[in-house]
Amino acid sequence: MHIDIDKDVCIGAGQCALAAPGVFTQDDDGYSTLIPGREDGAGDPMVREAARACPVSAITVTEAAG
Amino acid sequence: MTELTDITGPATPAEPVAFPQDRTCPYHPPTGYDPLRDGRALSRATLFDGREVWMVTGHTAARALLADPRLSTDRTRPGFPAPTARFAAVRDRRVALLGVDDPVHHTQRRMMVPSFTLKRATELRPTIQRIVDGLLDAMTEQGPPAELVSAFALPVPSMVICGLLGVPYADHEFFEEQSRRLLRGPSAADTEGARERLETYLGGLIDHKAQQAEPGQGILDDLVHHQFREGALDRDELVSLAIILLVAGHETTANMISLGTYTLLRHPERLAELRADPALLPAAVEELMRMLSIADGLLRVALEDIEADGVTIRAGEGVLFATSVINRDASRYDDPDSLDFHRSARHHVAFGFGIHQCLGQNLARAELEIALGTLIERLPGLRLAVPAEEIPFKPGDTIQGMLELPVTW
Repeated sequence: MHIDIDKDVCIGAGQCALAAPGVFTQDDDGYSTLIPGREDGAGDPMVREAARACPVSAITVTEAAG
Repeated sequence: MTELTDITGPATPAEPVAFPQDRTCPYHPPTGYDPLRDGRALSRATLFDGREVWMVTGHTAARALLADPRLSTDRTRPGFPAPTARFAAVRDRRVALLGVDDPVHHTQRRMMVPSFTLKRATELRPTIQRIVDGLLDAMTEQGPPAELVSAFALPVPSMVICGLLGVPYADHEFFEEQSRRLLRGPSAADTEGARERLETYLGGLIDHKAQQAEPGQGILDDLVHHQFREGALDRDELVSLAIILLVAGHETTANMISLGTYTLLRHPERLAELRADPALLPAAVEELMRMLSIADGLLRVALEDIEADGVTIRAGEGVLFATSVINRDASRYDDPDSLDFHRSARHHVAFGFGIHQCLGQNLARAELEIALGTLIERLPGLRLAVPAEEIPFKPGDTIQGMLELPVTW
């Protein structure tokens, strides 16, 4: 799984970190970031939920090719 | 949930409904909005001045439109709808964050975000718990009975936001009164006066902070000593930001605590369930947010023509989001009028959606979980002190909540 976060769009609402705290967190500036080692979503079923919860659609989840 | 217009649905728009209307039961939408709950996503509403606007009531359409940059929140734009005379009286004033569009909004929001992250809200939990415990200590020493709005629901968020911003809590009677007048004063002139008094008060506080050699601990101290001094914010903008943070920081949460408590007391089985399993608390807060939808009627004006759910919103037309109806869309929530802590209440729009989604939502969740959770745990015999139908609640033209909440235990 590939997770892309558009930091120019992110408003720091923290909804991704609330929905999938095992994968998403907020950096010191408040912007969404992936927890080190969990960049591939770590099989967390809540990753897609986190993307849907984002109020500004800053998160794109794609299945990694191959 | 369907993205397409249901072809078996109503083909012709119903008569416009008046907006806002008073609720009959404080935790249900006004019964006057029932005709809008027929499956259509957009209807027409008439405002106090006779103006007709679009009223969004469908969940899917609401999330799409709230995230649509072609809808503006800039209330100084011509055509921006006013839901009340008091709103019309102050609509020419600059309102930070929720009254500005990107890119100005984006710059302001980015300044505020580090102070309102999920992590920051989690760090504040012990402070919130101390405030809640202290207020309940005082309340139980003096009672029973107690008037829960003044003894608990209002002081909890007021103390929290004062500490966070760096506003002296000693001034709380003044700013709570001005906030009340700003949001539900008896006349437009009263609202204008309240806005001016808040500007004078917070402007003075900001000037005082600017003269201090060492910044204090609050968010306003940070803004004064960094963004203001560096020229990223001018004084008017800073005052406007301070007003919105202070007012939004206590009024909304206070209403959720009072109305949330009332709602739990009116659903004794749900309350018993929550007491038996405190792990349900986060889900209960989310479900109460959905069900109560205290900020009902988010406003926008269309900058361009927008196609939505088979209708065209024309440039210059007003758009109103009826959150109380959107959050009970039967295509999104099963049995939407029932309080159910086991449903997924996620994706409600009680905090809004899009770039203006509530900045303080993580703080609000922490405050509500701690305030409601501690209240019901410490007072197992908590009940209404007078018959439910005698308890006054707020009229439909402001943020919803209880005016008073007499309780005993």
